[in-house]
Formats: sequence, C-alpha cells, structure tokens
Amino acid sequence: MPANRFNGYTDYGVGIGLRVPHYSHILEKKPVVDWFEIISENYMVDGGRPLTVLDSILDQYRVVQHGVSMYFGSTDPLNREHLKRLKNLVRRTNTPWLSDHLCWGSVDGRYTHDLLPMPYTWEAVHNTAQRIRQVQDLLEIPIVVENVSSYAEFHVSEMTEWEFLNEVVEEADCGILLDVNNIYVSSQNHTFDPRAYVDAVPSERVAQIHIAGHSKFEKYILDTHDHPVLDPVWNLYERAIQRCGPTATLLEWDDNIPTFDEVHREALKATQYLQKAAQRLTAEEQKQAVAQ
Amino acid sequence: MSDQNSHPTQLREIQQRMAACIMQPITRDERMRQRRADGTPSLREAEAIIRPNDRLSSFERLEIYNRQYWFRLYTSFQEDFPGLQAVVGTRRFERIMRDYLTECPSTSFTLRNLGSRLPQWLIAHPDHSAPHTRLAIEMAQLEWAHIESFDNPAWPPLTPEQMAAIGEDSVLTLQPHLRLVEAHAAIDDALISLREDEGDSDSASNNASTGFSARRTRRMRTLPGKPVFIAVHRFDDSVYYRRLDPEDFHLLKAIRGGATLSRAIDTAFAASAIPEQDRPAHLQSAFALFATLGWFCNQTAEDPL
Repeated sequence: MPANRFNGYTDYGVGIGLRVPHYSHILEKKPVVDWFEIISENYMVDGGRPLTVLDSILDQYRVVQHGVSMYFGSTDPLNREHLKRLKNLVRRTNTPWLSDHLCWGSVDGRYTHDLLPMPYTWEAVHNTAQRIRQVQDLLEIPIVVENVSSYAEFHVSEMTEWEFLNEVVEEADCGILLDVNNIYVSSQNHTFDPRAYVDAVPSERVAQIHIAGHSKFEKYILDTHDHPVLDPVWNLYERAIQRCGPTATLLEWDDNIPTFDEVHREALKATQYLQKAAQRLTAEEQKQAVAQ
Repeated sequence: MSDQNSHPTQLREIQQRMAACIMQPITRDERMRQRRADGTPSLREAEAIIRPNDRLSSFERLEIYNRQYWFRLYTSFQEDFPGLQAVVGTRRFERIMRDYLTECPSTSFTLRNLGSRLPQWLIAHPDHSAPHTRLAIEMAQLEWAHIESFDNPAWPPLTPEQMAAIGEDSVLTLQPHLRLVEAHAAIDDALISLREDEGDSDSASNNASTGFSARRTRRMRTLPGKPVFIAVHRFDDSVYYRRLDPEDFHLLKAIRGGATLSRAIDTAFAASAIPEQDRPAHLQSAFALFATLGWFCNQTAEDPL
C-alpha cells in the first residue's frame, strides 16, 4: 500500500528537511539518511552555492521536492516563470513526486508568502482541482497536496476540511501529503476531532506524511516547526500509519534548528511506528496466503 | 461584488478582500489596524469573511495572518539589507520597509526578489532616508547587487580563441553575476565589517545589541567621502567585492549597456587622467584580469517550458 502511483511507487522511509545550517555537517560527515526533502523555491535559482550544494547532495542521497508557493487554491492564472523554474529543478533532482500545499497565498499577482486557508466551497474544489491537474500535466510528475494548519474559518464554507481535501484529490486525481501536526493544530484551533480527520482521508492516496512541532498560545496553537514532535501528534501519526501502512515520513524543523544529529534522532522516532506497521502488513499477507 | 456587509461567496472576492486585510501595515504595537488606508473598517471586513470561535473574534483570527505577513517580510528584509538598516537606524528602516512593501508588494513567488525595487524606490522617496539619502541608496544598491551576484547564472566564459578574435566592433556579454556599483564612500568595506560584526554579535545581550546597533549606525554615517567603483561578482560560489579603477568600471558599464568595444573604450577614457601612451597597457592588463575571472561570456539559451 505505501508504494503507490502518487509517490512514484517508491518505498522511502524516514527523511528530514534539508536546511542550510546542516549543509556542512551532511557534506562532511555523510550521515546515513533515507532521504532529504528540499524546499523547491530555495533551489529554483540560476546558479551559485544553492545548486552546488544540491548537486553534491543528489550525488549521495534521494531527494524529494516540496514547494511552498504554487498556491493551488489561488484564482490567479498559473505563474509560467514559476513553472518553468520548477520543471528545470524537477529534471535536476528526479524527484519521484512533488508536493505543495492545499492553500492560496497570492491574488492579482501579489504574493503574501503565507499558506492561507481555503474556504471549503464547491467553487474552490473545482478551481483548485483544475489548477492541480494543469500543474500535473505540465510537470509530468505525480502531484501531492498537503493539508495546512489554519487559524481562521470562513462563513461560506460548505463542508469540513477533510471533505474538502477528499473532493479536491478525487477531482484532481492526485496524492496527499498528510501533515498530522497540521491536523492537530487545526483541530485545536477549530475544535474538531483530529482522529475523525485522519480516519476520513483516502489512505490509498497518501504518498507521504509530515510530522513537526508546534507552539501553544493562550487562545490558539501556532504551527511553528521549532520544537520536537509532541505526544498528541505522535498518537495521530500512529493512527495514520495504521491506516496507510508504512508511508514515507518527514520531520519538519524550520526554526531554532538544533544540530543535525538532534533533528535526525527526533525523526527516527517514527521508525518504531513504521516497523510495527510493516510487521502487521507482513502478518496480513501471510494470513491471506494461508487462506488461499 | 457582494454587498460589503454580507458574506462574500465568490472565491476571488474572498481572496482579494482577505489579502487587502492581511497586507495592510500593522500598528506600532503589532496589532491589525482598525481602518485601512482607504478608510475600510477592518472589523467589518473580518466579520464579513471570517467566522469567530469561542476564543477568538473574526478580527483576532484575521489579525494572526496580518501579523504573520509583516513578521515574515520584516525578517527577510532585515536579512537582505543589514547595511541599509545600519545607515538609517532601526526606526527609519522599519518605516522604509513598511512603506516600500505597501507600495511595492511582492510580485514574485520567492522572497529572494522582495528588495528588487528598493534602490529605485529610495531614489523616488528621498525623505525616507534623509539626510543620509545618498549613502542609503548606494548601500541598497550594493546589497541588492550582492543578492543578484549570489545566485544569478554563470555562463560559459569566452575561450582563448574567442578572446583573441575580439575586435573594435565586437559587442561583448558580461557574466550575469557580475554587478557594478558606484559609491561616494567605501561602503563595500563597511558592509563587510558589518556582516563580520553581526556574526560576532549573535550572542550579545539586548543591551549590548542596542549599543552595538547605535555604534554601527554612527560608524556608517561618518564614512569618509571617497569615490569607489565596485565589481560585485561570484567566484567558487562566494560573492566578492572587487575595487576597480574608474576607467575599468566605465568600460564594463558601457559593455553592459551594449556598446561596441571601441565605443566602450572611448567612454572609459573620456575623463581619464591616464596618459594616452599608457592606455594600451592599461587596457591589456584589465582585459587579462577580466578574462581570468571569466567575466566575458557566451549567453546560454533558456530552456522552454
């Protein structure tokens, strides 16, 4: 189940986000890491150190691209310059799938550089799905969309967030990057059961999972990616892995970034859940073989 | 367009109205403004779009995004233009950032391009940096040149055969990562030492940082007047500031402007004190240096989508 058409039939384990403070450690010590996720926009440049570092990483590691500014939910026409640069990078990295967020962030050609939540309406479903299909056709690679954390809800919403996600991925025929930290953050901000969300997602479309830390404020939770993963998020992760099988998992740590080893240790905590899921899968396969 | 007091239902209108709220400047105590610059009440907009919950009003929920927008842009701006901040001081720098980004919001998918229009904007708004306008503009030009030099393309340099074939009518192409900046003071040295100091000051306490910030502003503003001609370029993935003779600077500037070699040479020596008989040797040594650094190049065709 985890290797599916949305992650290019790969079977990746636990990865971590490639971040500048870790460049020299990785290049000098060459630690054993399953795979790295890069923020596409950091390497959509014409030359210089970012591309030199990326090429060195590509020589030794598997890399998956993750974007932050495609804004599938925007109503603007797709940005051709963005797509051209993204396609060049896809050729360079050979990423088996490409992820970006189920959100909007630009309008009338102006960019907020934020991952803004969608109103969950049918108009938004159709608009978003159409844009995902366009990008998928142009880049000729599986597209995977990530649920964002949010702090606001819209009066006009006609469905829950997970219903919206399901409708979009079905209509666009794309995969899901399930961010269980984002589900937890939004569940606390909007008072819903995060487990109901995880249980509602079509597991066969989940290509990858994100885990991360967050920060609690008096009246809301902020998705800060500056802490270790908290227990409620691990619990959700366990549930997601039970449903989806041992899926490629990535720890995001973007602020107050500790040493490489600390980040890697935190990410590898996911391994126990993945191993359990793999064992369960093997047991089920054996049972089926006996029954046949 | 829906009635301003009812809930907008069309996706585009929702996004336009929400973006207008998010991108409006925050107050000095980092809150969302009660009214936008065009007089639109923020509360009315928030209540029209955003549903409140049991802990936060519509206004407060939208305000989270308004604050995040400015915090993110401010951090990026500060990382890109520490020299400008040192020239004008922190308060003025914040005002420049707010007014510049309000007038010239980002139109690029990447934050890298946030300051692309800043030097021109400072020229058009001299009051924002007065009485240090000239220094502020030149520093912004140098810092933007640094950003471009860091990741602009490097095209294949001319081969020795191509160099040998250069003639009077040749039109040469310069490396896109080579940027040319002229200043009335040694801002290149000042920026290098500022960046070094900033590295050292990371662990300083708040009090020490405040003193440091005031000291560096004083130091910047009292730079002795002395014209400098700077080539900002990339070599082995590092950005360097190289001082040029004025003749070499004007030569490269004319070449970048599309002049033939003979016209560029005329421009270079138009106000030169170098005696006529010494000019061929001067040019020969300049060309040897430019060739060694690979500054003359062949343009590479772009990949189509």
